[in-house]
Amino acid sequence: MATFPFELVSPERLVYSGAVTEVIVPGAEGEFGILAGHAPFVSTLKPGVLTIKGDGGPKKLFVRGGFAEANPQGLTVLAETAIPLAELRAENLAKMIRDAQEDVEDARDEVTRASRQQFLEQLTSAAAAIEADARTAH
Amino acid sequence: MASLKDLRNRIASVKATQKITKAMQMVAAAKLRRAQQAAEAARPYAQRMESVLGNIAGAISGGPDAPLLLTGTGKDQTHLLIVLTAERGLCGAFNSSIVRLTRERALSLMGQGKTVKIFCVGRKGHEALRRQFEKQIVDVVELRANKGVTFADAQKIAEKIGAMFAAGEFDVATQFFSRFQSVISQVPTAQQLIPATFAAPAAAATGAEAVYEYEPGEAEILADLLPRNLAVQVFKALLENGASEQGARMSAMDNATRNAGDMIKKQTLTYNRTRQAMITKELIEIISGAEAL
Repeated sequence: MATFPFELVSPERLVYSGAVTEVIVPGAEGEFGILAGHAPFVSTLKPGVLTIKGDGGPKKLFVRGGFAEANPQGLTVLAETAIPLAELRAENLAKMIRDAQEDVEDARDEVTRASRQQFLEQLTSAAAAIEADARTAH
Repeated sequence: MASLKDLRNRIASVKATQKITKAMQMVAAAKLRRAQQAAEAARPYAQRMESVLGNIAGAISGGPDAPLLLTGTGKDQTHLLIVLTAERGLCGAFNSSIVRLTRERALSLMGQGKTVKIFCVGRKGHEALRRQFEKQIVDVVELRANKGVTFADAQKIAEKIGAMFAAGEFDVATQFFSRFQSVISQVPTAQQLIPATFAAPAAAATGAEAVYEYEPGEAEILADLLPRNLAVQVFKALLENGASEQGARMSAMDNATRNAGDMIKKQTLTYNRTRQAMITKELIEIISGAEAL
């Protein structure tokens, strides 16, 4: 299968860089898979699981906040947080959810409340997906 | 003429100081390497962010619904100066050169009749500016408790700045930090954050193929990315600052160690001369006493 260069970058470091065959990205308007030769495309991310398929088994990482850019040179994902699922602990995620809940309660106007509420929902569904994934893995 | 005992004590004290400065220099060298690595690791993110934002911003900036973070409020009456300095001193002119740049800018803005607000990040900058700009300082963030700079710190600062901007407390934001060039050269720099400025999109390089599809729309992506970009820019500045601080401290402590060495040499010479003189004096006394008999 054709491969393409893929980079996953977090503000602190370059998390992943290499040739891959497919990447599944949690886009703000739904998950999408990117294969080699994708049309130029920019999408923001929602919190969720990013799957990298290349040599060896698929790698899964939890990402949140940022965007993905596909261009003829390859795919770049910029995420504020990128943690391999294996290293992500349940309490970590629970803390994020708690923080998000507090943010919702702290919101002063309707617009921020709605956007924070949406963020919280995305986070909870990501957590559910991760849990389901962990169950199937065992 | 100092007594031998005084000289001995003075030499011992300078030696102790030299040991401290030497240790500080070595610690700074080790930290510098880490800070440099962190700064380098953060570079790709900032670069990509800038190139994508540049592309989108170029397409949308003329439109009526361009976000305020990009276009500004259309005024430049109130300026927010964000001063990024270190938490600790003993690093040469590092803090004072950032503070000097800020002070010059603040005074020239105030001379033009603009309102100036100052946001201090780091204890040293606050200490230096407190006396002169007591009324202008609106907020202070200290990063003392943290080991190293994390993106979360930058995010918190950016959130504060964003909230202030949303509340209409200022029109233009500029951050002051020290750009790391080399161990011996750090350049105090002013960078405008709001309205955001981007290098013009490299239209020639990407050419016709740069017709991107956006999901959700361009405006939404821009509205999502601009606050993030603010955090990224602050983070980049903090990291540059961290490397600069260690570099400045390293060369300052290197100088201090060398000066202490010179001082020890000079004082050892005086000590030996004094000792010699005393021995000679005693000998003369004995000999002249014997001759008198």
